[in-house]
Amino acid sequence: MRFNLEIWRQFDRESNGHFESFTVDGIDPESSFLEMLDQLNAQLGREKQRMVAFDSDCREGICGTCSLVIDGYPQGPRQVTACQIYMREFTDGATIKVEPYRNSAFPVMRDLITDRSALDRVIQAGGYISTKTGPQPDPNSMPVSPETQKEAFDAAICIGCGACVAACPNGSAMLFTGAKVKHLNLLPQGQPERTTRVIGMVEQMDAEGFGGCTNYGECSRVCPQEISLDVIGMLNREYRKARKDEQPAHRAKMTAQ
Amino acid sequence: MREFWDSTIGKKVFVAVGGTILVAYLVLHMAGNLWSLAGPGTVEPHIDEYASWLRNFGEPLVPYEGTLWVVRAILLAALVVHLVGVIQLRARNRKARPPEYPARRIGRSWESRLMMVSGVVILVFLVVHILQFSTLTIDVTPLVEGAIYANLYWAFQEWYVVLFYLVAVFLVGTHLRHAIWSVFQTLGVDSPERNGQIKAGASLLTVVIVAGFAAVPILFFTGALGVPIDNEPTAAVLAGGGGQ
Repeated sequence: MRFNLEIWRQFDRESNGHFESFTVDGIDPESSFLEMLDQLNAQLGREKQRMVAFDSDCREGICGTCSLVIDGYPQGPRQVTACQIYMREFTDGATIKVEPYRNSAFPVMRDLITDRSALDRVIQAGGYISTKTGPQPDPNSMPVSPETQKEAFDAAICIGCGACVAACPNGSAMLFTGAKVKHLNLLPQGQPERTTRVIGMVEQMDAEGFGGCTNYGECSRVCPQEISLDVIGMLNREYRKARKDEQPAHRAKMTAQ
Repeated sequence: MREFWDSTIGKKVFVAVGGTILVAYLVLHMAGNLWSLAGPGTVEPHIDEYASWLRNFGEPLVPYEGTLWVVRAILLAALVVHLVGVIQLRARNRKARPPEYPARRIGRSWESRLMMVSGVVILVFLVVHILQFSTLTIDVTPLVEGAIYANLYWAFQEWYVVLFYLVAVFLVGTHLRHAIWSVFQTLGVDSPERNGQIKAGASLLTVVIVAGFAAVPILFFTGALGVPIDNEPTAAVLAGGGGQ
């Protein structure tokens, strides 16, 4: 198969980027999108040109490192990670536009690679549980009902790829943050930090320069893990409650009338 | 409270609560308008009676028009909070996603895309509407203070007034269809189980509000509602060549 590629080229964070056209030929229909880019890079190598930089790691759809925007769809048009897109899904001779994620919180490092450490810092601000060292706890000391377990797991499957942010016209990370908050705030292990978690993560999310949600719902439509929009509803609810229940550092001394 | 307002989520809650107050008022306003459908009456039009009842509301406990001014103050506060919140959130969103890289449309509804446009048009409409029927400043048809029915009747004989009101009411509808559902999501009081009912309820409330508001100009324009009996303005209009 033969494809025309319009690929975003940008040398580093500071330089301006532009689209560059490439043609790749002799692509096996069964090769993945990333393998097609590998072939392009081999071709560029032979021509002694700078190769196209793109991110990938597991290439089996579980890590979320590949972060391409293919024809305007973050992670490709099929609601899977970009590595799970195959060239047989495109028509022969098609022109395919490949861009990096586009939002201020994910600066472009080179070509198609963006710095998504903003999401790591949101996790560091509360996406954890505290635990004790020492002997192994009794298995039944923290009962979790199957319903809670399933609900928490539906949120926990978020792989943090950032497609939700890339799809959002506001560059909002609320689907990601909501999934993490829902996952931990539903489970008994997450209860001690329930209030500080959501406040910390939302504050970090805002500090990183992510936008706000306007309920378009496009994040959920591109999410490779099909995270439901209700995690944002839960994030809103948890944040509102947390601010209400927040304890002052020291309660004021009470005096008589 | 300050920290709450400064966060995206907190600001959205303020915008949602402000919007909810405005929607609640719209329902009351729409229901009140329906008095005009009772026609010109025999002594005084029902809508005029309703208007003076609103002004006398709570007398003598509160002064004349007291309740009205309290409601107006609440509405103004709700509107200011709604607008300031939206403007600040929009500025933040534009910074987070620079406009030179627009996001491809992946299933967002046209109502949600129109929110900013419909919001601005509604704001302009609101100013014109108050200048026309409350302060009687925009006097395209002779307006008489207190003669609500006659004022409506003569204003809605003009096709451009009717068209302007219908366009505005339609945009209120598009704004509300996205907004009412969004309130539930922003306040976090929805759930996957209730989502279908909330979406249907939001659409239904929108249709009721739009139909109630649109009925008044349409019925006046088509002549379904009779000429006002106290016709001092009638003579003026006829002399001026307006009306029918």
